[in-house]
Amino acid sequence: AKNGIIVLKRPLGTSSDSNSDSDEEEDSMSEGEMARLMEEVEEKKKLIATIRNKPWRMKRRLVLLREAQQFVDKFEGALGKGKGRKWYAYKVMMTKKWIKFQRDFENFRTACIPWERKIKEVESHFGSSVASYFIFLRWMYGMNLVLFGLTFGLVVMPEVLMGLPYGSIPRKTVPRAEQDTAQDYSVLMDFNGYCKYSVLFYGYYNNQRTIGLLKFRLPLAYLMVGLGTFGYSLMLVIRTMAKNADVGGGDGDEGEFTFAWKMFTSWDYLIGNAETADNKYASITTSFKESIVDEQENQKDENIHLRRFLRVLANFLITCSLGGSGYLIYFVVKRSQEFANRDDLSWYEKNELELIMSLLGLVCPPLFETIAELEDYHPRIALKWQLGRIFALFLGNLYTFLFALFDEVNTKLEEEGSIKNASIWAMKEYYANFSLPVNDSDATPPPMDPGDVILGPCWETAVGIEFVKLTVSDIQVTYLTILIGDFARAVIVRFLNYCWCWDLEAGFPSYGEFDISGNVLGLVFNQGMIWMGAFYAPGLVGINVLRLLSSMYYQCWAVMATNVPHERVFKASKSNNFYMGLLLLVLFLSLLPVVYTIMSLPPSFDCGPFSGKEKMFDVIMETIDLDLPAFMGTLFSYAANPGLIIPAVLLMVLAIYYLNSTSEAYQNANMELKKKMQMVSKRICGVPSDEDFNQEEPKKQHRQHQPGDEGPGGPAAQSLPGPARPAGAWLVSSRASCRCGTPETGTDQPPALSLWSEQRNPRSLKENRPRPEAEPPGRVLTCRKT
Amino acid sequence: MGNKQTIFTDEQLDAYQDCTFFTRKEILRLHGRYHELAPHLVPMDYTNEPDCKIPLALIVNMPELKENPFRDRIVESFSEDGMGNLSFNEFVDMFSVLSEMAPRELKAIYAFKIYDFNVDNYLCKEDLEKTLNKLTKEELTPEEVELVCEKTIEEADLDGDSKLSYADFENMITRAPDFLSTFHIRI
Repeated sequence: AKNGIIVLKRPLGTSSDSNSDSDEEEDSMSEGEMARLMEEVEEKKKLIATIRNKPWRMKRRLVLLREAQQFVDKFEGALGKGKGRKWYAYKVMMTKKWIKFQRDFENFRTACIPWERKIKEVESHFGSSVASYFIFLRWMYGMNLVLFGLTFGLVVMPEVLMGLPYGSIPRKTVPRAEQDTAQDYSVLMDFNGYCKYSVLFYGYYNNQRTIGLLKFRLPLAYLMVGLGTFGYSLMLVIRTMAKNADVGGGDGDEGEFTFAWKMFTSWDYLIGNAETADNKYASITTSFKESIVDEQENQKDENIHLRRFLRVLANFLITCSLGGSGYLIYFVVKRSQEFANRDDLSWYEKNELELIMSLLGLVCPPLFETIAELEDYHPRIALKWQLGRIFALFLGNLYTFLFALFDEVNTKLEEEGSIKNASIWAMKEYYANFSLPVNDSDATPPPMDPGDVILGPCWETAVGIEFVKLTVSDIQVTYLTILIGDFARAVIVRFLNYCWCWDLEAGFPSYGEFDISGNVLGLVFNQGMIWMGAFYAPGLVGINVLRLLSSMYYQCWAVMATNVPHERVFKASKSNNFYMGLLLLVLFLSLLPVVYTIMSLPPSFDCGPFSGKEKMFDVIMETIDLDLPAFMGTLFSYAANPGLIIPAVLLMVLAIYYLNSTSEAYQNANMELKKKMQMVSKRICGVPSDEDFNQEEPKKQHRQHQPGDEGPGGPAAQSLPGPARPAGAWLVSSRASCRCGTPETGTDQPPALSLWSEQRNPRSLKENRPRPEAEPPGRVLTCRKT
Repeated sequence: MGNKQTIFTDEQLDAYQDCTFFTRKEILRLHGRYHELAPHLVPMDYTNEPDCKIPLALIVNMPELKENPFRDRIVESFSEDGMGNLSFNEFVDMFSVLSEMAPRELKAIYAFKIYDFNVDNYLCKEDLEKTLNKLTKEELTPEEVELVCEKTIEEADLDGDSKLSYADFENMITRAPDFLSTFHIRI
């Protein structure tokens, strides 16, 4: 008997050398045997699924895999005896096909992931921290691609293919007054003229309830896609956060394993470039020296009062500048409203708003950093403050912009009332004038030329245009900054160095560094703007996809050609989820304005898919009334009853409270177990046995211990038999969840933005350059020695 | 995706996909890399599982390993004979464990083996000193080295035997936030 398992009789028809009853057809296996066999087969299947996680030699794995597969194949047939045989065999076959399909799909999916080589190159030159920005960029690109597909496929395409063409109705035509300038480059750059009356913006879409042969309900689709964008993004962000939470590695204190971690996790195995490796050696050495000094020295007593005063002063200054920038934006938006009424605008005046916003985003962070010098914090804490302030800056700017925009919207809504009357009046006049020359009163007048109809001030399109202009100017400013701040600087430093008095490369200005945090924040906020504007300008998502695509290539080139590996930057936070959490926050903040406008502002009367309705979500009501069967309408009206909603909300609150308290209980239990473990392991010096490390041939008996391995460690323990457990003492140590089963393609994980301490060894043309004594001036988010 | 490759049988490729974290294309690419390390030694046709090994000296010249201070130890820990001669199975195994998709526990086991220079299943002081010297290219003074190794043992040693057993090491490394991102080689 192999592995101590009873060999059961072979299926009917095959020759058998086992004892007795080979000719009987009924199951001569007792229930117990059947159950045990089933268990064995399940166990083997589990082994096959998790075999890649075992720390065995490859040869052993291959042999065991083959054995397990043979066993499963042989006995799965046997189990199918009796009544359910055909069904069981069918089930087995379908499972096999499904596994094969999954594997092919995984292969295909991994092959589709773009830019692997590029990222690897960046990684080997700059380490994992800089590369994590590009991995995040790639993830964003994937998400935007899906959003673009949704918008394009369900909103833009139907309108283009099945809706009315350009020029047929007033909302789709450039008004007569603007027609001769509609093709001008400057007008198009402002997204007026032909751009404004195109599928890019909200105003183009018709409010016909169904269009085309297929009776495609465009207004409903528009609303659903708008909301679905948020839903999909939310789901994706949360799913990625959950995935990263496992990887995070949890809850050790910051100071608990300083030296041990430095020793074992500071070398970045991704480095493949000699110069980067040299930098890394230097930075690791410095980091050790610093920790040694910290260890040996006591903190000197400093003047606490002075420090506190300075910190308060710094916060005051920064709050002032935040307030100042908010006011500046408000002022500029007001000015742009005045400009809208004039016609003779210079280029600067037309784009003032967007320029100011982008410039603020560029100038303020270094300003904050300079002010933060006063505070004298530990670099890691200083970095957190800096990130918090930049976040507040962007948020404040965005929301001020939004409020100012709302003012504008309200003005437009008021205007609408008067224009509505004017256009109806004009229409009446037109018909009246027409019938006069012709005495035949039966002839119906041709409809008014669409270019002549007076259009309302479509506020949604105006909002969409603002967002698109903002995004475009943001792109321009980013690219220009890289071109000037990094490329031109690198060229100057490189070539002027030959004839300059001091060493440009080692001193000021030297080569730029890649600003990870600034870039990631920029990406996050850009996405926030897209989310806000996508409802009013369906073309915006497409523009963003193009932007991310070109960003990838452009920034990869820029970082390889013009940047050097970092001066000391500390970790922003322990877990990868810091920036994901930021993205989630921004998602919610950008959801709010959109939902507010959908719920409370009336749509324009003559443009967009909701024109003519009281509120935008009336489309849903209409669909429920007309398209769905009657009982669903009553069902929804019950569901919308406050008497039902309030208990549902209460239930959710209770569920959250319950989950919170159970998680606290688990944490307490974990702490208790850890303490016990430490006590026990101090008493019994547990030593792992040697056999499991040096196994060369497969040991078949080993396998039978597996089900028993599932001790207090639960799933985590089961994945690796590994070194034998001493007295069950440290089973609980690996908190991480089991990684059995399908491999994760970790490439869609967002940034491992853990930045280890490094000191720059300036890249130099000249050999053996001594390290500079003077501190080079800090750029955004570089930290100096305190 | 070509079904025309004749390097491996389909069963072999499936088995490799089950036993590692790689997809079919990646396994074929790995074979290409393995072959180009020693073209005269490594046959293109692996269907009958030839038994050839590439010596340590050729493997540590790979661009991915060239700059790594622990390259010798890495290759040695994955080799069966302990001398660093890798067959293709071991080569694939090495990159599979070091890939992004390998779980933390698996990486911890191999990290322990890599840093255990004298292969006695403990990280004793000499192991730590060697590790530190490789990391800093011997720029620290002997007193500093002494101090760091002592502190490390003090921090991580739970059972009080002045050396780190696997239990101590695993306990320490699973909390490390950077471990997964730094203990990673992309191939």
